[in-house]
Amino acid sequence: MDAFTTHTGTAAPLRRSAVDTDQIIPAEYLKRITRTGFEDGLFVAWRTNEPNFVLNQPEYADASILVAGPDFGTGSSREHAVWALLDGGFRVVISSRFADIFKNNSTKSGLLTVVMTQAEVEKLWAAIETDPTMQVTVDLQAKEVTYSLGGGQSATVPFEADDYTRWRLLEGLDDVGLTERHLDDIEAFEARRRAWLPTALPVR
Amino acid sequence: MHPAEWDSYSGIDQSPEGDETVPKTLAEKVYDAHVVRRTDGEPDLLYIDLHLVHEVTSPQAFDGLRAAGRTVRRPELTMATEDHNVPTLDILAPIADPVSRAQVEALRKNAAEFGIRLAPMGDRDQGIVHVIGPQLGLTQPGMTIVCGDSHTSTHGAFGALAFGIGTSEVEHVLATQTLPQYRPKQMSVTVDGELAPGVSAKDIILAVIAQIGTNGAAGHVIEYRGSAIEALSMEARMTICNMSIEAGAKAGLIAPDRTTSDFLQGRPHAPQDADWDAAVEYWSTLRTDDGAVFDAEIVLDASSLTPFVTWGTNPGQGLPISERVPDPAQIADEGERRTAEQALAYMGLTPGTPLTDIEVDTVFLGSCTNGRIEDLRVAADLLRGKHIDPSTRMLVVPGSVGVKSQAEAEGLDKVFVEAGAEWRGAGCSMCLGMNPDQLKPGERSASTSNRNFQGRQGKGGRTHLVSPSVAAATALTGRLTAPADLIGA
Repeated sequence: MDAFTTHTGTAAPLRRSAVDTDQIIPAEYLKRITRTGFEDGLFVAWRTNEPNFVLNQPEYADASILVAGPDFGTGSSREHAVWALLDGGFRVVISSRFADIFKNNSTKSGLLTVVMTQAEVEKLWAAIETDPTMQVTVDLQAKEVTYSLGGGQSATVPFEADDYTRWRLLEGLDDVGLTERHLDDIEAFEARRRAWLPTALPVR
Repeated sequence: MHPAEWDSYSGIDQSPEGDETVPKTLAEKVYDAHVVRRTDGEPDLLYIDLHLVHEVTSPQAFDGLRAAGRTVRRPELTMATEDHNVPTLDILAPIADPVSRAQVEALRKNAAEFGIRLAPMGDRDQGIVHVIGPQLGLTQPGMTIVCGDSHTSTHGAFGALAFGIGTSEVEHVLATQTLPQYRPKQMSVTVDGELAPGVSAKDIILAVIAQIGTNGAAGHVIEYRGSAIEALSMEARMTICNMSIEAGAKAGLIAPDRTTSDFLQGRPHAPQDADWDAAVEYWSTLRTDDGAVFDAEIVLDASSLTPFVTWGTNPGQGLPISERVPDPAQIADEGERRTAEQALAYMGLTPGTPLTDIEVDTVFLGSCTNGRIEDLRVAADLLRGKHIDPSTRMLVVPGSVGVKSQAEAEGLDKVFVEAGAEWRGAGCSMCLGMNPDQLKPGERSASTSNRNFQGRQGKGGRTHLVSPSVAAATALTGRLTAPADLIGA
């Protein structure tokens, strides 16, 4: 995957809570067997049915940071949701809380999820809506989000990132390759598994 | 292996979290027994006992293996089936939708190339991945089970640690039979007391999700406990564990007991003879220790529960069926108010409307939540000798070919057909509408599935989640109906 160190871009305020992955990309787009090309399905129902949907507004067309309400990415485990966001030009999603599987999937493909308090999200929403061209910088090295407040003022919001995941993202490392370094541990474990545990081989 | 060797087997003694003197939850026991490698500053490497695969979330994972020149490490611990895309009519004909067909064909090619057992359409073992695992006896207590599907939590009903993963993780498990994991937090949901007639496992879990919210259990594994849980059948326990993800939980599980072993005994992949005895003895150790600490605890009184239905667009937006559509103006929190307003606008509902006044176009009985034999029996009992409302369509989709055969052997198919319902082939079907079974824009369903998200059952479709008995009662009247309200009707 692509490494993530720091990213600067404009942001889009998605003022919705509990955005499930069916909204990020509906099931009909999941029939494809490729890993790219999902941008046409990104939030497609809201884009189609709601003229005022935030991503239909020209000032947010080029946003690369999505700032969402709490509980982003609930529901289906579809990693296509992460791919669709990346294909749609997003590198970062900010929310006060993410669903576990979505958050986990995002770390596998280089989409950064940043957790902020809802109060910080509200401030960021207000700043973006005041000036949609405002540049937001998300620095994974420093674990900080920085944005302008106007009048020469800027805000810096620290965020948490566990050291291991951060290291993997900064280096763009592939999990499978890392695990393969521990094949001897896997073999040792397999040697002591219970003999009666089932296999899926046909038995009748 | 001799029982005396099991303690040394567990592989947990080298870690502080494996300290035998520290009381552990069931989930912690299963987790710790699968740690392949534990090092400070890194996630644990967890061994996966069973990997279930379906056509939607696997093609890119197999492509990844091919691109890196990797193989499947343990193909015999991997089982594939076709479920999400499969039509439920003309199931032996080629799939009409070329994109769906290509996806199913990709799975067939990948299973053949990598040596994985596949139960394709037409096979007696085909069905929804979370229905066939238990049905075949592949799902057993104490195992770690994953699948590229969030409803993998279903298998926790057996006391397994089972959770959904993304496609990158599918690739990781295929290649290494392991996953990097962090030890999850622990939540208990204790349900004591007796359920009233017509109230079921589905109502318990909808009530739990309404209480803790659609992502309220994020980062946690839920253990369901208490006398009401112990009294449930395996099918009912699967319904509850299935929807753990709808509360945002990593997994949900229930300690194995006699109900569990009775369900498993004699199934094709269950242990046999001396292995069976050894297995049962081991399973009996899979209980939360006295004094184990949960990070969060929820308590529910089963006797206070009534049938639950959802009114909104996430599974946490549910109420007892006797209530009315809520008024967003009464919600203090701005974010929640906006969410409720958006949900009601999408659902086409007016605040204050009695839920039992809501008319539905379609009733869907099926899915990995409620597509098992017991679910069909409950619905058939209410429909026997009656006819569904003439303006309502009812789709009955068994969770697997095995469930379908069993239902037909019991004559349930005839009950459904004589009542005016459609009896279909097995698959995920209208739960997510990846096959032709979809709602039309504006159509309203009462559905025994697990998600009422916008457009989940078809673009513009409106979903109310219900139990199988509420589904059947609703089909008879054409509006959301509690089974108890049918008496004398």
